[in-house]
Amino acid sequence: MSQMNTLLEVSGVSVSFDGFRAINNLSFQIGPAELRAVIGPNGAGKTTFMDIVTGKTRPDEGRVLWGERSISLLALNEAQIAQAGVGRKFQKPTVFEEQSVRENLMMARRAPRSWWAVLTFRASAQDMARVEALAGEVGLQDHLDRVAGELSHGQKQWLEIGMLLAQEPRLLLVDEPAAGMTPEEREHTTDLLVEAAKTRAVVVVEHDMEFVRRLNCKVTVLHEGSVLAEGGLDHVTANPDVIDVYLGR
Amino acid sequence: MRRPFVAENPSVLVFLIGLSIFTVVVTVLAEGFGVGALSTSFVKTLGKTLCLCLVAIAMDLIWGYCGILSLGHFAFFGLGGYMVGMWLMYARTEIIVEGALAQGDIPPTPQEIIDGIGNQIFGVVGSSEFPVVWTFADSLVIQLLMVLAVPGLLALVFGWLAFRSRVAGVYLSILTQAMTLALALYLFQNDSGLRGNNGLSGLQNLPGVTAPQSAVSLWFFWASALALGAGYLLSAWVVSGKFGSVIRGIRDNEARVRFLGYPVESFKLMLFTLTAMIAAVAGALYYPQAGIVNPAEIAPIASIYLAVWVAIGGRGRLYGAVLGAAFVSLVSTWFTGGQAPDINLGVYTVHWVDWWQVILGLSFVLVTLFAPKGIGGLFDLMKREDKA
Amino acid sequence: MTQLIRLCCVLICAALLALAPVAQVARAQDTPADAAQSGTGAQSGPQIGPLQSVLQQDAALFAKSSRKTIGPVIDRIVSSGLPGVPALLSAWQNKSIWQRKADGLFFLVEDLGDRSYALIDLDSGTEAGRAEKSDLKQLKPNSGVRGLIATALVQFQLSDPSRATREEALIAIERRPGPDLLAPLRASVAAEPDPVLKTRKMRIERLLTMAYDDDPQDRIAAIEAMSTDLGVDVRAALNPLVATTLAVQPTLPEDRNIARVLVPGSAQLERLAAYDMLVAADLAPPRRSAAEIKTLLATHIDGGRVGGVPVARLSDPEARVAAYGALFAEGLVPPRVSDADIDAALASHVFFETYAEPDPAVTDAAEAALATIATRVGLNQSLDLGLDAISLASIYFLAAIGLAITFGLMGVINMAHGEFIMMGAYTGYVVQQVIPNHTVSILVAIPLAFAVTFAAGVAMERLVIRHLYHRPLETLLATFGISIALQQLAKNIFGTQARPLTAPGWLDGALVLNDVVAISYIRIAIFVLALIFLGFFLFLMKRTRLGLETRAVTQNPRMAASMGINPGRVNMLTFGLGSGIAGIAGVAIGLYAKVTSELGADYIVQSFMTVVVGGVGNIWGALLGATMIGTLQKGIEWLNPSNTLAAQTYMIIFIIIFIQFRPRGIIALKGRAAGD
Repeated sequence: MSQMNTLLEVSGVSVSFDGFRAINNLSFQIGPAELRAVIGPNGAGKTTFMDIVTGKTRPDEGRVLWGERSISLLALNEAQIAQAGVGRKFQKPTVFEEQSVRENLMMARRAPRSWWAVLTFRASAQDMARVEALAGEVGLQDHLDRVAGELSHGQKQWLEIGMLLAQEPRLLLVDEPAAGMTPEEREHTTDLLVEAAKTRAVVVVEHDMEFVRRLNCKVTVLHEGSVLAEGGLDHVTANPDVIDVYLGR
Repeated sequence: MRRPFVAENPSVLVFLIGLSIFTVVVTVLAEGFGVGALSTSFVKTLGKTLCLCLVAIAMDLIWGYCGILSLGHFAFFGLGGYMVGMWLMYARTEIIVEGALAQGDIPPTPQEIIDGIGNQIFGVVGSSEFPVVWTFADSLVIQLLMVLAVPGLLALVFGWLAFRSRVAGVYLSILTQAMTLALALYLFQNDSGLRGNNGLSGLQNLPGVTAPQSAVSLWFFWASALALGAGYLLSAWVVSGKFGSVIRGIRDNEARVRFLGYPVESFKLMLFTLTAMIAAVAGALYYPQAGIVNPAEIAPIASIYLAVWVAIGGRGRLYGAVLGAAFVSLVSTWFTGGQAPDINLGVYTVHWVDWWQVILGLSFVLVTLFAPKGIGGLFDLMKREDKA
Repeated sequence: MTQLIRLCCVLICAALLALAPVAQVARAQDTPADAAQSGTGAQSGPQIGPLQSVLQQDAALFAKSSRKTIGPVIDRIVSSGLPGVPALLSAWQNKSIWQRKADGLFFLVEDLGDRSYALIDLDSGTEAGRAEKSDLKQLKPNSGVRGLIATALVQFQLSDPSRATREEALIAIERRPGPDLLAPLRASVAAEPDPVLKTRKMRIERLLTMAYDDDPQDRIAAIEAMSTDLGVDVRAALNPLVATTLAVQPTLPEDRNIARVLVPGSAQLERLAAYDMLVAADLAPPRRSAAEIKTLLATHIDGGRVGGVPVARLSDPEARVAAYGALFAEGLVPPRVSDADIDAALASHVFFETYAEPDPAVTDAAEAALATIATRVGLNQSLDLGLDAISLASIYFLAAIGLAITFGLMGVINMAHGEFIMMGAYTGYVVQQVIPNHTVSILVAIPLAFAVTFAAGVAMERLVIRHLYHRPLETLLATFGISIALQQLAKNIFGTQARPLTAPGWLDGALVLNDVVAISYIRIAIFVLALIFLGFFLFLMKRTRLGLETRAVTQNPRMAASMGINPGRVNMLTFGLGSGIAGIAGVAIGLYAKVTSELGADYIVQSFMTVVVGGVGNIWGALLGATMIGTLQKGIEWLNPSNTLAAQTYMIIFIIIFIQFRPRGIIALKGRAAGD
């Protein structure tokens, strides 16, 4: 695959904790506007994979290259990686519960991140409008001045997705977005992700096969820290190795 | 579209008006220029309390808003006192020495004056040489700059080391406590250049000023009130808006802020340094009113008391810090100053001087357990009742 | 004429007084033999024995002894070789020799009471009569003279039949070595029956040989033989050999044993000190200090001017020099010594150190021996330092182990930990008030201290900490509140002064390896206690149900709870255990330090440092942390021995920097288990 079509390239990455190999020679690529689902049983290394891409965990070996100029993400810290355009949504909704929805979104909104810029920042009308638009997108337009801690679980998930969009990242890493959502909320979430993937890369880690099916995208199956299979959902579910792993023998 | 900052934050305006009224009332009641209902020593106590309120605001910024429980901010406070104290002591001793030498038949040489000052200041630690740290002691401007620069630089270096290696939470608290202890132990040495455990004394006398203490005490009271007002305004401005959001975000979930792309370390470092400098300004105004600054003031326990004030007043709200510092320090003065009447229980007489610490310690446990928002939390309750 | 009459009166009175008591005593005696003897004594008064005659030769010097003049007298007494000499010397030393005023004879005198004294002849040892106190004059040699007497006595005592006397003689030689003692000491070695004393005699003989033997070869041989010995006495014997005196002369003398030539202005000899030496040796005119010049200028103020310079301008040092120069030109003041004068004077003289010992071969050998000894002393001092560091590390480990449990395993930061240590120490103190026997009281105090602090810990966990899990900063503050309350409470109960916690007698003293290395038994005991705790902790964690449950709760509280473990109970017991160990540590620390209400506060920061540096949640980490901090502190103290405050300062700075490189401590848990 040529460099032009690749936004993120992970190759030959391994990491172990106290002798346990969480990631074993993993390679992974995604293009600049692509939706990808990552599935795998517990302990397959899905979260660790995200940790490596976002800079939370340093791999023992391997390369993680980013963007047109193939910058190594391993040389950057979490904040720099985020500034480079990688946004992450955690499994458990993590929003700033003591701050209002507006403050949460404004904090996430793409803007200079240095302390001086932040200290002297005063929201322009454009910023306000964008935050309100984002709130509308995730269905929180009526809750802008509520404290995030008062929101329901699903609303928090959406707020976090809204914050992710506010960052305007080039790559979205989404960890189990549908957990704890009602069927309608799931549908809404699917729409949001599919929409987002039109302009940027989106990686969704998910357990729920129904949800993955609805995303209707390429699927990567992880097992014991490396890629077991890759392709359409029907293709991978037909793979005997994948059946072994998921159903056991 | 954009309204003035104070208009957006009415509580700041309320505070500033309250502080102004308080200043005017104290001035009218004091001995210096008013009716004399308040003694000079009480005016000094009030002035010192205002300084303690200012350092409490600094503590609230770093702890209440950013979640960094620094056990070192009283060290910065003390350092500020030392910096201004060096000039006060030098300039005053210079006047005394020049006066004494002018009595002689022959006018003194500059070297004789410097030797005389050195003897006066460092005689107690068995030295007469000026240590390097006193190089600029003769210049008020430079020493005033050092009030900001020295604690600021210490905070910058320490904070850079600590935040860079991601020391956080209780580890950071212990590390700041260690820093404070190291500084106090260093200053306790006779060869630290700052007069060992004698500290700097006689700071209440302004060099070249002949006005009575009753007037000087009011000057310092005004300066303290001004500094508190300015510090409150600055702090309120800093915690409003996006910067406030980010630092509160760091307090609640540091990793999340990092994944939003904010360089958390530089935010913390900036705030740590800024609050250190606010603390230093408070100290620089406090110690001339106290008259003496010595290493015991810097001991880790003082910084912990600072945390106690803020916790009792209510973290994460600036007026809480002010209330806590004012309330606890004044009550503490009242109890430990021997003004509280002893209670005779027949078999045992309760001396408040002995029991105040016990009460303070236990009340602190109770506040942490049952009123984590401190006195400020009461205001929340009242507001809620208003709404209901 | 009047003098003669006065002399006659004195003589008559003395004679009368001298005879009267003799008559009385004669009547009081029961046996005729005694009476006869005393009679003989009185009658044979003028008959003088050989020892008495020796004394009479120097009667005046002997009676009024002074340290400066008595030497030759003692020499003559000793060289007489008479059998009564040792008895005389020891009696003299004990101030039992009196002089009879009437005839100037010396006697050993025994106080019989009733103001009556028996006079005992020095030669025969028999009673020579009795006298009233007023007839006699006691000889009171001062301490300097007594010292010389002791030296003279030594050679007799060295061969004394009594072992105690011989030992005393050796002690006297060690205190006051001298060239005269060498020969008698050598002579007494062969006949010494006691093997211990014999070894000691041989050793002292070597030391004296080094200093006083006539043959330089023997001295050098002795010096070289002793150059591997670490004894303080060897160094004390060698140091006078290399003692030097600083001198100055225009040229370097040839005939002196010169140690080194010093350059003025160097670290060994400051410029002005060198010049002051020249002044003291009258080789240069004295310097005028700035103050003297100022005074001299002030005395020559003339019409508002000094030497033509207006007084107001004299605040300028240059103007002062000019004014003084003018005064000097008029001959009103002595010369001012300028810097150039000083340099010129210094340049034209040589400053050097000479050995008091004239033989260069001996001084070289002594210097070489001292250097060898210094190296070995250095090595032994490092060993001593290492042992010191280990014992300090044991104390930190003891103080920190409870913290390693509560902080490391439970993540609970307990600022009152130091106060639990203090409670343990006070428990020990109270127990000692009730049980006076120190051994029994310590044995009672250790379990009692554990019980007291265990109970306090459990109470604290139930009442406070339980409600603050997952709010570590608030736990820190709440426990700090408890800490100040407990500290003040202790002050209210026990007062502010230090209370003693006395170790049992068998822990007094130290294990002495040589003159450099010694370890006090208390420190050994604390080390052993630390080892016991380490073993106990490992046993508890790896081999007991509580340890298993604690580890389970530490790693995954929810999972542990679902498996039937009650996390609340486990946490309570773990916390109680950590606190209880703090109590026992308190007893141990109390034995070693003073028990005050601030005892705990003194250790709390170091304890936290120990845990943090070592790595949280790991007993080996605490051990390594304690070792590192103990070693570091002792090492810094050794580099800067005068200043323990500085040592602590630098240690803390070092730790802050150390944390940079290993933020999770020496033994860090990696990966997910470490959490965030």
